[in-house]
Amino acid sequence: MKRTISVLLENRYGAFNRVSTLFSGKGFNIHSISIGETEMPDIARMTLVTSGDDKMMDQILKQLNRLIDTLKVVDLSRVNTVTRELALISVSYKKGNRAEITSLASMFKGKVVDITNRTITFELTGPPDKIDAAVNMLLPYGIIEVARTGTVALRRGEQVKLTPQQSESKGE
Amino acid sequence: MSNKKPVMNGAEIFFECLRREGVEHIFGYPGGAVLKIYEHLYDVDFLKHILVRHEQGAVHMAEGYAKASGKVGVVLVTSGPGATNTVTGITDAYMDSIPIVVFTGQVPSHLIGKDAFQEADIVGITRPITKHNFLVRDVRDLASTIKKAFYIAASGKPGPVLVDLPKDVINSKCEFEYPDNVELRGYKPVTVGNQSQIKKAAEMIKQAKRPLLYVGGGVICSNGFAELGILARENKLPVTMTLHGLGSFPMTDELSLGMLGMHGTYWANQAVTNCDVLVSLGARFDDRVTGKVDTFAKDAYKIHVDIDPAAIDKNVYVDLPIVGDVKNVMAELAAEISAPPELDEWWSTINGWKEECPLYYESGDGRLRTEYVLERLLDKTKGNAIVVSDVGQHQMWVTQYYQFVHPRSHITSGGLGTMGFSVPAAIGAHFARPDIPVLSISGDGGFQMNMQELITAAYHKLPIKFIIMNNSFLGMVRQWQELFHAEKYSFTDLSDSNPDFMKVADAFGCAGITTNSPKDVDDVIDQMMAINDRPVVVEFKIVREDMVFPMVPAGGSIGDMIVRRLDPNE
Repeated sequence: MKRTISVLLENRYGAFNRVSTLFSGKGFNIHSISIGETEMPDIARMTLVTSGDDKMMDQILKQLNRLIDTLKVVDLSRVNTVTRELALISVSYKKGNRAEITSLASMFKGKVVDITNRTITFELTGPPDKIDAAVNMLLPYGIIEVARTGTVALRRGEQVKLTPQQSESKGE
Repeated sequence: MSNKKPVMNGAEIFFECLRREGVEHIFGYPGGAVLKIYEHLYDVDFLKHILVRHEQGAVHMAEGYAKASGKVGVVLVTSGPGATNTVTGITDAYMDSIPIVVFTGQVPSHLIGKDAFQEADIVGITRPITKHNFLVRDVRDLASTIKKAFYIAASGKPGPVLVDLPKDVINSKCEFEYPDNVELRGYKPVTVGNQSQIKKAAEMIKQAKRPLLYVGGGVICSNGFAELGILARENKLPVTMTLHGLGSFPMTDELSLGMLGMHGTYWANQAVTNCDVLVSLGARFDDRVTGKVDTFAKDAYKIHVDIDPAAIDKNVYVDLPIVGDVKNVMAELAAEISAPPELDEWWSTINGWKEECPLYYESGDGRLRTEYVLERLLDKTKGNAIVVSDVGQHQMWVTQYYQFVHPRSHITSGGLGTMGFSVPAAIGAHFARPDIPVLSISGDGGFQMNMQELITAAYHKLPIKFIIMNNSFLGMVRQWQELFHAEKYSFTDLSDSNPDFMKVADAFGCAGITTNSPKDVDDVIDQMMAINDRPVVVEFKIVREDMVFPMVPAGGSIGDMIVRRLDPNE
């Protein structure tokens, strides 16, 4: 079963690398990682999608916590979350099926962001399974390229917050 | 009064930070990227720099120093090969939770990533083998980074920290200010155990019929010897120790069952297998301890005290975790157990196992064996020495036959099993504790892996006893070949390729003594102990084909030991 973990970490040189090194060194799975700055420029949020049994999840969370650059680790699989992914999907079209492809994409609320005389590129956002479904539906028409951001997720309502002590700037 | 802060260059800041951290010894080797530091070292008088012959030696010395003293060991090396040569030592320190700080030189910032001369991405290389590491990118961050490095290395679960110092950072100047405190928002080790968990643990121990304390290196890291003594003695609890736990509780005490695990005592392993409450104190359920995990203390209620939350449930699922400093937790546990459990029956069972299968080695045939040498060493030193063992058969025999009575008197490479550890680590231990004898014990294989450091010991006239248990075999590997690999002694016989160790001793400025007879052992020990103006290399030529017993085959249950070699005539 896939699990989503949200990690707040120091937004600095090498911090992301420590997480990926940990996952490869310990043999943990990574399905996707996305990382970006938060409202605090010195803190980054990483959303990790991993899988494993409860025992492995327990170790993943503990080992992540053990890193000195991680500030907060939350298993989002245990709470109510909003989960999104963005994808760019480029599809080839022939004379006569462009409207069909566009209407299919629009069923997934896909937006046309680029078009040439042979290809059409959609932007799609939504939960990862929606992106999977769109990709599957478009596959028969001839997908040229897909770029997916990986999952980002936040807890619904209440935020995953740092303690006041943690959010103090380190002045670095 | 002026509040103006002094302006210093990176090298001056480096030494001022070391001075404030109370560093007295530094193990190092100069090179291009750290020339500025060595330029200033020339005039530094508060610390002693020990010039090694290989950077791996420097790290093992720092480890030996840290283990013997409880202080942070410090290493200084140059960039590139200087840095990469530290990798084995750093990994060793990481596996065995030894607090060291390794300073590596780095090429100037503008050359990083350009494949410059003597450039290596040592921060990248050591990321999975350090507790944390830093690349200092601005001289203004240098002081606070060094402060953090020492704090991280020594606090919580200790470990190695590496600080990479680009040449231009060391050469630039800034105002010096040393922070009083370290504030790391992502790092807050938990030192106080959960009260209700401790109460529950005390209750379980009180009600236990067959309790057992399983003690690891954490008790030594936390200096919790007195607390362990009280907890064990007030309740008459049997104590078994891991390789790194040895010395935390006197092995001569009637409550000690010795070491457990693959080459542990039969009675310790039986006690683990049959106990009803297992209290793990600063130990991590290593595979050499547990054997087959499913049968390890199968029916016991398991309590796990550890400062590292990630150690809980990592290898063995436990019933009651207590995260905290084991010293504090043991004190609270002892206070909480109001009435000691009734254990007469348990003790008579344990003593039965002891009688059933005591430690045994062949003797009386006039041939020299490690076990006998160790017994004589113990008798002559009364345990008042630091014994630094290497890796292999002799290392296991040390745990069986040298009864450690003092904390920090047993130093070895456990987790990584680094051959070549003993010679340099013994040198480090001597600098930490010049007041007591240091015995380095190696096999003939491991001795040769870092024997270049003999000259380091000789130059400083250190009276270290470098003992070689020479069976001209890579003995432990040979043992596995005999037992599990069809007696194919593939590349383990060194009899045609060993050097003359007495000539080695002489060439490196050490005294040399060699014997192959049990009759000489006492004399040899007296002679070596009497040499106090230089190191001595002592070669004991031992029986070639001996094996270490008892033994749990890899992956086997620890209750299921091979206790001695099958005699074809029996």
